[in-house]
Amino acid sequence: MTVAVILMVIDQLKRALAISKKDIMIYYLKGPVIIFGVLFPAFLFVAFMIGRDLPVDFLIAGLLGMTIFFTSTSITPVIAPTETQTRNLERLASSPVSITTILLGDILASVLFGIGISLVPILLGIALGVTITHPFTLAVAIILASFCFSAMGLIFSSTPTSMTSTVMMMSTMVKFPLVFISGVFIKLGDLPQWGRALASISPLTYITDLCRYSFHETNYYSVYVSISALIMFLIIFMISAVKLHEKSLPKRL
Amino acid sequence: MNAIEVNNLTKRFGDFTAVDNLDFEVENGEIFGFLGPNGAGKTTTARMLTGIIKPDSGLIKIKGIDIQRNPIKAKQIIGVVPELSNAYTDLSAWHNLQFMAQLYGIPKNKSTKRAEKLLMKFDLYEWKDHKVKTFSKGMKQKLILAMSLMNDPEILFLDEPTSGLDVRSSRLIKDMVLELNKEGKTIFLTTHYMEEANQLCNRIAVINHGNIAAIDAPEKLKMRIGGLKWVEIGFNIPVDPHDLHAMQGVVDVQKSGDKLRLYTDKPGRIVYQLVDYSRSSNLEILTLNTMTPTLEDIFIKLTEGE
Ligand SMILES: Nc1ncnc2c1ncn2[C@@H]1O[C@H](COP(=O)(O)OP(=O)(O)OP(=O)(O)O)[C@@H](O)[C@H]1O
Ligand SMILES: [Mg+2]
Repeated sequence: MTVAVILMVIDQLKRALAISKKDIMIYYLKGPVIIFGVLFPAFLFVAFMIGRDLPVDFLIAGLLGMTIFFTSTSITPVIAPTETQTRNLERLASSPVSITTILLGDILASVLFGIGISLVPILLGIALGVTITHPFTLAVAIILASFCFSAMGLIFSSTPTSMTSTVMMMSTMVKFPLVFISGVFIKLGDLPQWGRALASISPLTYITDLCRYSFHETNYYSVYVSISALIMFLIIFMISAVKLHEKSLPKRL
Repeated sequence: MNAIEVNNLTKRFGDFTAVDNLDFEVENGEIFGFLGPNGAGKTTTARMLTGIIKPDSGLIKIKGIDIQRNPIKAKQIIGVVPELSNAYTDLSAWHNLQFMAQLYGIPKNKSTKRAEKLLMKFDLYEWKDHKVKTFSKGMKQKLILAMSLMNDPEILFLDEPTSGLDVRSSRLIKDMVLELNKEGKTIFLTTHYMEEANQLCNRIAVINHGNIAAIDAPEKLKMRIGGLKWVEIGFNIPVDPHDLHAMQGVVDVQKSGDKLRLYTDKPGRIVYQLVDYSRSSNLEILTLNTMTPTLEDIFIKLTEGE
């Protein structure tokens, strides 16, 4: 019995991989993904950092956190509305995969994108003389955060719409404020009490803090707190995404 | 064990009952037609049978497997062509087929061979590396059918597979359906074309307002609605409809453009009489058609007295 279950899980994982391969072939080069996932964080960063006198490793940590955040949340929200519109979803729903498998596939594609693009600020940092003191922690943090934000992106797309622009607008309305409360531009320690309280409810806070730790140990939270927080957010986002998409899928047909 | 067994199947959307307590079974190896007008509940039923939406109540068994309890196992052995589905237009035909194979867990060497065979069969092989975007509607539909066959399903569900296709493409799809059936596949076919159901199906369920009005072999269904066939005739000069009404076996005569329609349940006899009539009155017959009942006629008959 348990062996059968394990085999079935492995089987579904393989099928999730097939789904992410399909996503990679189709969605990496879509307009909204490039705009919201790559150009957006770059502009935001330049707009806020120019002319400010902050240490370079602080800046790069902020940029890195923000890049992972924007790239990982740029693909997953696009897939469901697009496939609703192009009428691919019913086909997928009729094949022997669970909704969790489909979402996992979408998340994997998004995670790879997030990790790939996050190399850009890291290389930029290295070029500017930032040293990575804790590469292993940084790797774990980036992977974990990519999963977390990719799952978060799925929640935006759980309304049964076929309008990609609606989903992108909604997600931007949530993502923007999060950037400002997450200590990307300001040190957490410099924030007033209420500011720190607000920052603590944003997952972006923890990945940025982990980046700061990995570069220069200028972190505010302990590594364990940040990692646990990200894991907790990931679990909450994933469970909510599966529940919400199970509900919305029949309405998309 | 039957291919499909359905018991007390019901689906509501809000207060509206789209599928109302259906009971039927589809035998192994048959082509089962699900025939009904727009909004009858055909697609809703097909979606429940293929595990895409959940029924409000009722039991569905696919080869004995309860699709609600064991969706993955049941879906593994069926092929589905949804009503308005599409292949991934940004991918090539080949990648679409391979993606299907991976979703069904088919090993690489097997899926390569199968994809090649299907592309040949559907005359798409030379287009295999082209993106589906560039395909015509007929080519797309052939590809979608090919995709549903990648897992070599035991049961194939086709929801209006020929709607919107030209005569040639729909002929091709229909031939393919017959061939697949000959190979032993059970086929559940949804359509609102009476003629298509007539040509293809061993048995037809007529569905209206979510209820099954009748299930039978096509010819037997037609026999149930005698008096609704007609013969349509056009002469070189106008004739008095009363002359025709007087013929034996004519139930009614109606004008249809410049032709006359004679309703009857014995079209053969009427044709003899019409030929005699034209000879004796020195008329020339310009057109002569006999018509079997249309879906509409069947409906009117089957839902009469409700
Ligand atoms: N998701 C839904 N929400 C609300 N009503 C629905 C939904 N899906 C179908 N219906 C309604 O259920 C009824 C049956 O629809 P269904 O699509 O099954 O009909 P059909 O027989 O396939 O018709 P067609 O020939 O047009 O394809 C229709 O009145 C339709 O409006
Ligand atoms: Mg339909």
